[in-house]
Amino acid sequence: MASTAILSNEQYNFEIVKKFAIMSLVWGVIGMSAGVYIASELAWPFLSFDIPYITFGRLRPVHTTSVIFGFGGSALFATSYYVVQRTCQARLSSDGIASFTFWGWQAIILLSGISYMLGHTQSREYAEMEWPIDIMIEIVWIAYMSLFITTIMRRKQPHIYVANWFFLAFILATALLHTFNNLAVPVSLFSMKSYSLFAGTQDAMTQWWYGHNSVGFFLTAAFLGMMYYFVPKQAGRPIYSYRLSIVHFWALSFLYMWVGAHHLHWTALPDWTSTLAATFSIMLLLPSWGGMINGIMTLSGAWDKLRTDPVMRFLIVALSFYGMSTFEGPLMALKDVNALSHYTDWTVGHVHSGALGWVAMVTFGSMYHMIPKLWDTKMWSQKLVGIHFWFATIGVLLYITAMWISGITQGLMWRAFDQYGNLQYSFVESVAAMHPFYAMRAIGGMFFLSGMLMMFFNVVMTVRQAKRESAALEAKLSAKMSKAGLAGA
Amino acid sequence: MFNFKHEWIETNVGLLLVLTMLAISIGGLVEIAPLFFIKNTVEKVDGVRPYTPLELRGRDIYQREGCYLCHSQMIRPFRDEALRYGHYSLAAESQYDHPFQWGSKRTGPDLARVGGKYSNEWQVAHLTAPRSMVPQSVMPDYPWLVKNELNFADIEDRMKALRDVGVPYSLTKSEYDDNVKKFGAQTAEMLSIPDARKNLIAQAQSGNYDGNSGSISEMDALVAYLQMLGTLVDFRKYDDDAFVKYR
Repeated sequence: MASTAILSNEQYNFEIVKKFAIMSLVWGVIGMSAGVYIASELAWPFLSFDIPYITFGRLRPVHTTSVIFGFGGSALFATSYYVVQRTCQARLSSDGIASFTFWGWQAIILLSGISYMLGHTQSREYAEMEWPIDIMIEIVWIAYMSLFITTIMRRKQPHIYVANWFFLAFILATALLHTFNNLAVPVSLFSMKSYSLFAGTQDAMTQWWYGHNSVGFFLTAAFLGMMYYFVPKQAGRPIYSYRLSIVHFWALSFLYMWVGAHHLHWTALPDWTSTLAATFSIMLLLPSWGGMINGIMTLSGAWDKLRTDPVMRFLIVALSFYGMSTFEGPLMALKDVNALSHYTDWTVGHVHSGALGWVAMVTFGSMYHMIPKLWDTKMWSQKLVGIHFWFATIGVLLYITAMWISGITQGLMWRAFDQYGNLQYSFVESVAAMHPFYAMRAIGGMFFLSGMLMMFFNVVMTVRQAKRESAALEAKLSAKMSKAGLAGA
Repeated sequence: MFNFKHEWIETNVGLLLVLTMLAISIGGLVEIAPLFFIKNTVEKVDGVRPYTPLELRGRDIYQREGCYLCHSQMIRPFRDEALRYGHYSLAAESQYDHPFQWGSKRTGPDLARVGGKYSNEWQVAHLTAPRSMVPQSVMPDYPWLVKNELNFADIEDRMKALRDVGVPYSLTKSEYDDNVKKFGAQTAEMLSIPDARKNLIAQAQSGNYDGNSGSISEMDALVAYLQMLGTLVDFRKYDDDAFVKYR
């Protein structure tokens, strides 16, 4: 076994995959801890302890950046480098550029977190990084793009596998979105502060074109790339429908870019724009469900694996949450539903059913498949993988249930009138009513974080076990060789 | 006849890249580009002006503390919001906002028209310790705002950067004259970059927002900003349906 690992290490660059995989888990622990902390601050506000650096406003971008770009981003680097090499049967075109993307990306996440705590922010959601960090992202991203494309060009067979289409769309779209949403003029060369190029309505539209498509391409298309490789691999069956994957890919890529303005229903954005966005949001349901069906049906004929294989469970539950969130999303994009749901916790719940239920779950499943292969061993504890699954599932369910209740309650309380036609509740009454649900949400988050910690521990033990195994194997080998009289020769 | 095969795309990375780029570019082009050209996107309305130097620094602090994460500045055209917050927000009211601060979440109330709703004293006490004024509030305390002296060493650079992106702060005599025509002499004075420092100090001292006339604190700037939010347009001058045609 050790010898095959050595061989494939020459054939493929797995070192870079290992590094990104480990950092993905590290950022997962950090980002989810920050999430649990800020969730707790909303339930128990004394937790900000009058320290500027850890108020909700400064810590929230630390949470979003480290889970989306740290945990999710590193997982995407890891899996895309793994998938592109295996499906093209070609080594990454440059070890140096691969290494550059690793150190560059880690520096970006770290510097972002520190700068937010110090109060440097563009105040654009999920794009809070100030201009020097934005430039770093641009450079690293171009390096990533060139590495990915040149590796595809080295492929051994004519076809480019479907997972790589999705990774490509994600890389292209992220470059496009990042560039146009971060156009800004710095105050001076030595100031972190900048002012955005656009103002008001146009700025809002650009930001939510970015904001929703970082969900659409970073958190969806890319993770679908992951899905298209790891679900068939883990199930040991080919993808359900090749045709469906073609329709899925083109429809998703085309439609997603239209829907961002549904974040701006009933605002000062012109009606034509938000109506277009609502229309395309409804249409988006079709490719989303097409993709979900394609993933889940891959398991047909092997459903029994759900009973025995916790990794398969992660992947299939992830697809189920994907289906649920992509049904809920178009629903919330309807103007009448949005009138109630916008500005409330319902949106927060929706994001997390996607981010925890889909993105994190499909990552966990893929990592549990990939990590033992990378280190050429088995997971240290398969039982712990099963326990992680239940902690994660219970965590998501607690979280989204709490946010559904609190979101709909907020929406209804804000618009309630008494018998005389006056507002029935003051704003702060709605705040007070949220307390139990904020506490419940924080507990849901703690469950999810506990699962993440279990995974981290399990992976650390797995890596140590792999090192022990290969050392033992080597000792055995050299003993055999010396027995055969080769040692002295 | 022409017989299309998806295989052509799957076997040619260049073609795949071009077609994907095409597919992902159209939506943004159709929805964003026209907003810069269709004149009705931003309403014609009197009173809206860029921020004074002190208000601008207040707005920077509002951004720094991440206020936008819990407070929106965008009132929607619903009866309950009209009663709770006032007239729905116009695009014109954020035409000088680089970046916009419409927000996406109301953990706390909307602030688009918070200006003048509470006294300066209330704002200072509330920002320093929210639960001293509103016991059920979950907002963090901001005790450092009164303690931190306001840094306005680079106020001119900040206004120049904003001028670069199109805000009519004046650097030259002719720009100043344009502002007099557009906003009146008193406002034009406040938008002059060479006078920024003088104007900032004067507004902080005459306004005395934090109740301490000795020094200019971050609280002075933030409260000056909050107290002008949503106060620029006099809606009594317009019919109820004056803005409907812009939507």
